[in-house]
Amino acid sequence: MANLVIAEHDGAELKGATRAVLSAAAAIGGETDVLVAGSGCDDVVQAAAQLPGVRRLIVADAQHYDHCLAENVSALVVALAGDYSHILASASTDGKNFMPRVAVMLDVMQISDISAVIDAETFERPIYAGNCMATVKSSDATKVITVRASSFDGVAGEGRPERVDAPAVDGAGLSEWVEDILSESERPELSAADVVISGGRGMQNGDNFKLLEGIADKLGAAIGASRAAVDAGFVPNDMQVGQTGKVVAPQLYIAVGISGAIQHLAGMKDSKVIVAINKDADAPIFQVADYGLVADLFQVLPEFEQSL
Amino acid sequence: MKVLVAVKRVVDYNVKVRAKSDQSGVDLANVKMAMNPFCEIAVEEAVRLKEAGKVEEIVAVSVGPDAAQEQLRTALALGADRAILVRHEGESEPLGVAKVLHKLVEREQADMVLLGKQAIDDDNNQTGQMLAALMNRPQGTFISELNIDGEQVSITREVDGGLQKIRFQLPAVITVDLRLNEPRYASLPNIMKARQKPLDAVDPAELGVDLEPRLAVLKVTDPPVRQAGIVVETVADLVDKLRNEAKVI
Repeated sequence: MANLVIAEHDGAELKGATRAVLSAAAAIGGETDVLVAGSGCDDVVQAAAQLPGVRRLIVADAQHYDHCLAENVSALVVALAGDYSHILASASTDGKNFMPRVAVMLDVMQISDISAVIDAETFERPIYAGNCMATVKSSDATKVITVRASSFDGVAGEGRPERVDAPAVDGAGLSEWVEDILSESERPELSAADVVISGGRGMQNGDNFKLLEGIADKLGAAIGASRAAVDAGFVPNDMQVGQTGKVVAPQLYIAVGISGAIQHLAGMKDSKVIVAINKDADAPIFQVADYGLVADLFQVLPEFEQSL
Repeated sequence: MKVLVAVKRVVDYNVKVRAKSDQSGVDLANVKMAMNPFCEIAVEEAVRLKEAGKVEEIVAVSVGPDAAQEQLRTALALGADRAILVRHEGESEPLGVAKVLHKLVEREQADMVLLGKQAIDDDNNQTGQMLAALMNRPQGTFISELNIDGEQVSITREVDGGLQKIRFQLPAVITVDLRLNEPRYASLPNIMKARQKPLDAVDPAELGVDLEPRLAVLKVTDPPVRQAGIVVETVADLVDKLRNEAKVI
């Protein structure tokens, strides 16, 4: 039994989610190899070469792996799949994109977004926007798994895996990357931040999100948003927390002007401490909040920032 | 060009579901069912492409129980030309559904398949990708923008850091994100007309596909309950509690 973990990176930086996936692999047991696919991403390879508990670091250096195009990366993973009992990636947009292709090429069912490992064949995963937890058992020969990174503590420490090159696999030549339009931010990454402060429809417009920035700076927090705020055009979509956006589980989650629809709760209800600031005392968010403040956010946010 | 749109019958998105007390599954007795919201967006996009003269025929497909005819009729009322129900009682997994869709794409000679990016019941986010791999064709997942120029497709995808643009040639599989469009409502005359539109039913066996689940669901439970906490009166109170009680700032 051995696991293959596909490293999560953007060409420049190894993402923290990779360590969370390694900890899911460790819970499964057996030896674990890590695959880094991309071209000229030396920093990523260097960071991956220090991951603890890894047997082999497999490096696939070719241009057609850049931008993680699903058609190319899945072909590579399938070419490597032979000896592995488990293939794991983070349930990020990249992992969600290429892993089902891997699964169907191996003719197995993928197990999506696992939140816990029960044993090597049995996993727990949220369904119905996290309103139920399903324990599922796979009898497929290879388990193809995406991991909910916020549910696992990343492995700590350093190691020295043996570095090997991946076999050359041609690009599928099916799709072509055009450009990335990335949101610039100095703040910590939303899905990995210890503190998240999110605004909803109650923020009224995009400019008012500035009220959250001062607080975020003082707390070292990432800024998130509800779907209502994204749909209204207040903030870009990659800030969305929820069933269809990012799933976060920070130490502290501050929901400002967010009512707390099922779909939003799906993305944040595993946070350690939840604070809700809302002027509607009946908002469902108060049913999950550890600390609630029923008040007009425009009055209390400046005061909140000052008192930090 | 011919487009296949896959739609799924799921619990209405506003319903708060519970696990059955014997943990055998989710309690769906007397629960309101509807078309999966992401599938509605896929149907809407297909109809808009037809209105723009880029699509000749829209075939709506569902894998599900006889009751899923309701959702297919909804798709027809929204503008699909005909519908195919692949009869299957019980849970359907992405792997089986993708294989069914693959057979139908071949039979119908479809140029493009539109699907939702995920169903809000199983939250799998797999079927479109699996179908694209079975067809050995490109996939455009989680899209918020779609441009078709002849055989050439340009899409904008919603990814973790922002947006990503890619392009490819048809045939292809596309899965839609929430922000692609705002689905229309079916008008009463269109609902009446939809009753006359063709709706065929086939069995998976006719397509040579086995829909037997690969994952055994051992149990379904409610998630740990979060207790409501306390309501504080002032900002000073809140900061004090966060600092000294919760110790998170």
